[in-house]
Formats: sequence, structure tokens, C-alpha cells
Amino acid sequence: MTEKMIEAPTVEEIAAAVDREFSYMTVKKKTGVRRIHYSCDRKAIHDLCKYLHDVLNFEQASSVCGVDWKDHMQVVYHLSNYETGIMVEITVDVPNDDPHIDSVALIWEGADWHERETYELFGIIFDGHPKLERLLTPQNYEFFPFRKSYKLRGQE
Amino acid sequence: MSDMWITMGPQHPFSHGLWTLKIRADGEIVQEAEPVIGYLHRGWEKECENRTYPMIIPMADRLCYSASMTWSHVYCKVVEEAMGIELTDRAKYLRVVADEICRIQSHLMWLAAMGTDLGNLTVFLWSLREREFFLDLNVKLCGQRLTTNYPRIGGVRNDMPYYFERDCLRAVDRFEKMIWELVAMMDESAIFLSRMQGVGIVSRKDAANFGLTGPTMRGCGVDFDVRRDDPYCNYDQLEWDVAVCNDGDAYGRYKVRIEEMFQSCDIIRQAMAKLDAIPKTEPTRVKAPRRVPEGTHFARVEDPRGESLMYLVSDGTDKPYRLKVRSPIFVNVSASKHLVKGVRIADIPAIMGTLDMCLGETDR
Repeated sequence: MTEKMIEAPTVEEIAAAVDREFSYMTVKKKTGVRRIHYSCDRKAIHDLCKYLHDVLNFEQASSVCGVDWKDHMQVVYHLSNYETGIMVEITVDVPNDDPHIDSVALIWEGADWHERETYELFGIIFDGHPKLERLLTPQNYEFFPFRKSYKLRGQE
Repeated sequence: MSDMWITMGPQHPFSHGLWTLKIRADGEIVQEAEPVIGYLHRGWEKECENRTYPMIIPMADRLCYSASMTWSHVYCKVVEEAMGIELTDRAKYLRVVADEICRIQSHLMWLAAMGTDLGNLTVFLWSLREREFFLDLNVKLCGQRLTTNYPRIGGVRNDMPYYFERDCLRAVDRFEKMIWELVAMMDESAIFLSRMQGVGIVSRKDAANFGLTGPTMRGCGVDFDVRRDDPYCNYDQLEWDVAVCNDGDAYGRYKVRIEEMFQSCDIIRQAMAKLDAIPKTEPTRVKAPRRVPEGTHFARVEDPRGESLMYLVSDGTDKPYRLKVRSPIFVNVSASKHLVKGVRIADIPAIMGTLDMCLGETDR
């Protein structure tokens, strides 16, 4: 993408730019003061993140996390822009039987460990991640403890 | 010469907690590094799914012993956002005062650790002595030194006690005089300067890309502070500066933290003046419902160590469906493989010391 970078985009500019480029893949859920919430198709997440990083100056991936909705899984990205303090939240649905999604660790180095953590706790596989290994739990674990199917004591 | 893998930690003086830094060294030069964490992983986020909303506040305190106030603050903030509660001004300023006391004592703890890392035990003892005055303020405000359990969903637990304002301003005034002794002890020491200056340089672009936040990032030239750029709790009505240093080395990050303590003193004074203007009859706590409406919310707060973020998914019951904690040190320590690349082994304590490690919030 050869577009010129917008250093400090406003919420409206971000919404307009994402609508223009990714209207077929993303749905804007709501906007607030310095906040935009999107849901995105998992095929487009890498391109969307690259666009946000390269053109809209989202320099930092604040967090990447997983949510288990029982009938499907979800990956949630929080990206922040240092010039304006705007934070974008992107939710991506991932089916239970094929939990694959493109990694963004090569765009933001900071997303590296977040993706590893999401992998080991939810079993979501990030394609293209440089080193997708267990981080917090022992390497020989074969279950994913944060899935809702893994019950704590008192939850049965 | 052949390369050698050295495992530093989990029990190592520089690690300040249980974690391991594996390094591949060629002689004295680090070629490659790999941090290993997880020794303290206790499934904090999963445990929260089993507890009601108020029960999580004291748990949030224990994410990091020296930043307990900001952790319970960010937790209460995300639940308040989910419930749509607006705090009273009095509660907001009380939280500001509590947060800044927490920031000062956390930075003093860091300074103490930094002193021992670089072999200066006097700095350790003196900054812990100064820290006690702020822990005493915590005791007066909420009865605890470290795990404060002070913020509540909808406000704070209690108003400030009698004479708290006087004691607080005295502690701040005293601190501003005494800190110069500490600064002089470090800044006028040739050993300290030679171990800090020009060591562990990170460029502005890298600092943002690695996901560094807080004083570590501002020491690399990124001019961003959640308190100013995404304000909460009336921080936008106070006058203060964000400490930024463009050097990007360990000394720059040290200078940013020292400057931040002075700014915190300023903020405490202003917040106290604002509190004076608010009638004492204004409630410090708004009644909060038991259940949280369905939805997803997130909140972020400037922690002493960086940007702490919590993401809450609620399903309409009185327990969270999912609570994600974004810990600043979790990301900062992941960047350590880049920070220590190409430096000498003896410089590793100085570089990692400026990250202000805390493993409770890293492993969660």
C-alpha cells in the first residue's frame, strides 16, 4: 500500500478510511470518544492490521486476547495510536473446528507474546507466528485451560 | 571462540522475581537472548470467572505488590464503564491522590532495586526509608501498606481521614527536599553514570513496535501518557508535564522516572487543592448494581510501570464471563531479547533494572 501515512487521524478519518478499504470485510460496531470497535472477518485481519499500522499510524498493539463463546472462539485486538490516544478494538470470530488466524506478530513485535499466550490458553493457532510455543504453562500440557470446557473447582 | 548458553535466573540477583533470561554469549557479548516466564502463573483470569465482581478487587491488588492501587483502580474502572456509572468529583480526586502516592512509592522501590543492581547499597536503604513515608500515607488512607484494597466499584472505600491532607502535603514537601540527596548520590557517581549512559539504547520506532509502555517507553522518546492523552479521573483538569527523554538509554529511563516522581508531587498538591474546594458532604461512593449488563468493555490506566488495560466480557450475571489483563511488564519483558542483544553480560542488570520488573502481574 503506497498511501501516505496520516500521523494523527481522528476517529472519523479512521472510520472513513477503514470503510473505504475494508468495507466488504469489516463491520463497525460502535464509536466513542477516542474509541472505535470493529468486527472483522478472519481472512482480512492481517491486511487490516497492516493498513492500520502503515497508513493510520497505529504504532502499538496493546493487547491480543481470546474469548471462548462456546459455539465459537474470538480473538480481540486492542491497537493504540500514540499521537491521538485513539484505541481501536477489533474482534475476529474463529470457528471451533478450525481455530486458525493470521499472526500479526511480524507487524508489531509487541503482539508476539500476546499471541503465544492466546495460543496456549485457548488453542487458537496463529499462522505465520515466528515461535508459537507455550509460554506460561509447561510445554507438556495438552489442554487449553482458559476454554470454557475446562472447569474449575466449583464450576461443574 | 565457541558460543555458550548461560541461564540467568530464576534465582539471580538481577531478576527481581522468578524469571529466567537465557543468553547465548560469545565471550562477553550477548548474541541472542530468550526470556522465560511462567513460574508464577496461577490462572488469575480464569479464577476471576469464578468470583463475583466485588470479590475481584482485593485479587487485583495482588497482581503487583507495589502498584496495587492502580491495578484495583483499572479493574474498578472497567466495571464502572460496563455499568455506566459516573463517579463523583470527590471520588475521582481521591483516586488521583491514591494513584500518585502509589506511583511515587513504586518508583522509590524501583530506585532501591536499581541501587542494589549497580552495587550502591546506600541508595537502596535511603530510598526505602523515603518510601516508608508514602506507605504511612497508605496506612492512614486505607489501613494497609501494600495491598490497599481502596477503590470500590462506584468510588472509593472511605473519604480521607482527619489530618490526611496535612500529612500528605508534609510528606510531599519533605520528599521533594530529600530526593535531591538520592539523585546526587547517583548522578555524581562516575561508576553509576558509566554503567548507565549509552547502555541499552532503544530507538523511538523500536520502543513503540516492541510494545514498551510507561516510563520505559518515554525514556526512549515516545511522548505518550495515558493520563494526558486518554484522560480519566479528571487528570485533564490538572496542570502537569509528561516527562520524556529522547536519549533512549538506561540513563534516560532513569531520568524519566525521577522526573515523574516530582510531577506526581505536583499532581498530589493540585488534587488536594481541588478536594478542598469540594464540599465534604459529597459522597465518595455511588451505589453500584450487583449485576453487570451484557457487553464488552475495556479500560486503561497509567500504571507506574506502563499502560495497564483490562478487557471485560460480561454476560449479564454477577460474575465476569472473561477478564483479560494486559500487563505492562509482560510486554516489556518480551522486548528484553532485543534490549540485551549485543551488550556485555555485565550491562544486563543495568538494562533490565530500568524495566522495573514485577512478576506477579507478568505471569498472572
